[in-house]
Amino acid sequence: MDGIHDLGGMAGFGPVAVESDEPVFHDPWEALAFALNALGIAALRAYNADEYRHAVERMDPAHYLAATYYERVLTGVATLLVEKGVVTHDDLERRAGGPFPLARPVAEHPTADLVRQPRARFAIGDRVRVLEIHPTGHTRVPRYVRGCRGVVVHVAPAFSFPDASAHGLPAREEHTYHVAFEAPALWGDAAARNEQVVVDLWDAYLEPA
Amino acid sequence: MSRARPDTSAPPNARASALADALAAKGLVPDGFLDVVKERATEAWSPRNGARVVARAWVDPEYRRRLLADGTAACAELGYAGPQGEYIAVLEDTPDVHNVIVCTQCSCTAWPVLGLPPDWYKSPEYRSRVVREPRRVLHELGLDLPESIAIRVWDTTAETRYMVLPLRPAGTEGWSEERLAALVTREAMIGIERVPEPG
Repeated sequence: MDGIHDLGGMAGFGPVAVESDEPVFHDPWEALAFALNALGIAALRAYNADEYRHAVERMDPAHYLAATYYERVLTGVATLLVEKGVVTHDDLERRAGGPFPLARPVAEHPTADLVRQPRARFAIGDRVRVLEIHPTGHTRVPRYVRGCRGVVVHVAPAFSFPDASAHGLPAREEHTYHVAFEAPALWGDAAARNEQVVVDLWDAYLEPA
Repeated sequence: MSRARPDTSAPPNARASALADALAAKGLVPDGFLDVVKERATEAWSPRNGARVVARAWVDPEYRRRLLADGTAACAELGYAGPQGEYIAVLEDTPDVHNVIVCTQCSCTAWPVLGLPPDWYKSPEYRSRVVREPRRVLHELGLDLPESIAIRVWDTTAETRYMVLPLRPAGTEGWSEERLAALVTREAMIGIERVPEPG
């Protein structure tokens, strides 16, 4: 989905604030939220990592930006466990003593019709173009590379295709490629030279260029 | 569904406890499970692991070669493997090329060698800007790179997890691995700073 999570290249954000000697968790509830996600995926097997990422992506954009990272984790986990019928929203709000905002529902037709690519079609040095697609469900092709041309610099193993596994479709594995884009190919001719962005892309997102 | 109103919501600690209690009430939380996860997150997955990998690569050219050819196997040689470390690619800094890592869509990181990522790495500011204006972002963070040095930004959008192999600082000739590892920061292995020269 073309959601708030897909932040690459978005303008308007300010300086990056680095905290010195930052702890792994700032508060015990953050560790609990992280551990509950591990429980949901690995112990309960209620959902997979792609469904989890998509649940976070489905948060209201204003809530997404206002929330800390672990509040996003918590919201994604709670949303999925309610959607899967493991717990109820009413029970969560009663126990929390107030509103417990969840993410919005999955789109009605969430997946783009991308041709399955069981074999690696590309090799190092190949020029590729990213398809101009806009799935309304989960996808891992960022907006800022769609329609852009780059060069394959590494062929990685085949991995589960997230656009399918986030939506309960039969698992399919495809190769991913580290594709290097020159800055002007992404941001226009005024972009700085001598800068590249390398994006890790599944085979089905690409076409020969 | 009504618009989310985080300002009127129960506080996040109350929401996290509510979810944990609701699951426990159904008998869905195995004894000790949550504590084991928390301990791994705070103890086992640590940037100290990645620092040892970097230090070994600085002193052992054969290990460096293996690390760059197959990061997953070379990290596993030192005992660093596990979730979010299934396919590790190590990015070699040179005098002409500086590498920096981001995950623009969420916060993917090589947990076994870098630990869970810090807040700045997960912030909208870093995720939006470092792919668009990396030289400026690095400058703001105190790392000035002249335009003669290429910047390569790696967006963690699939299953590869990256780690930067930074340049070994001058003035560390003859140092032991342990002493070198103590110099290596998580921020240098993500690419927003260089490993500082000692002294």
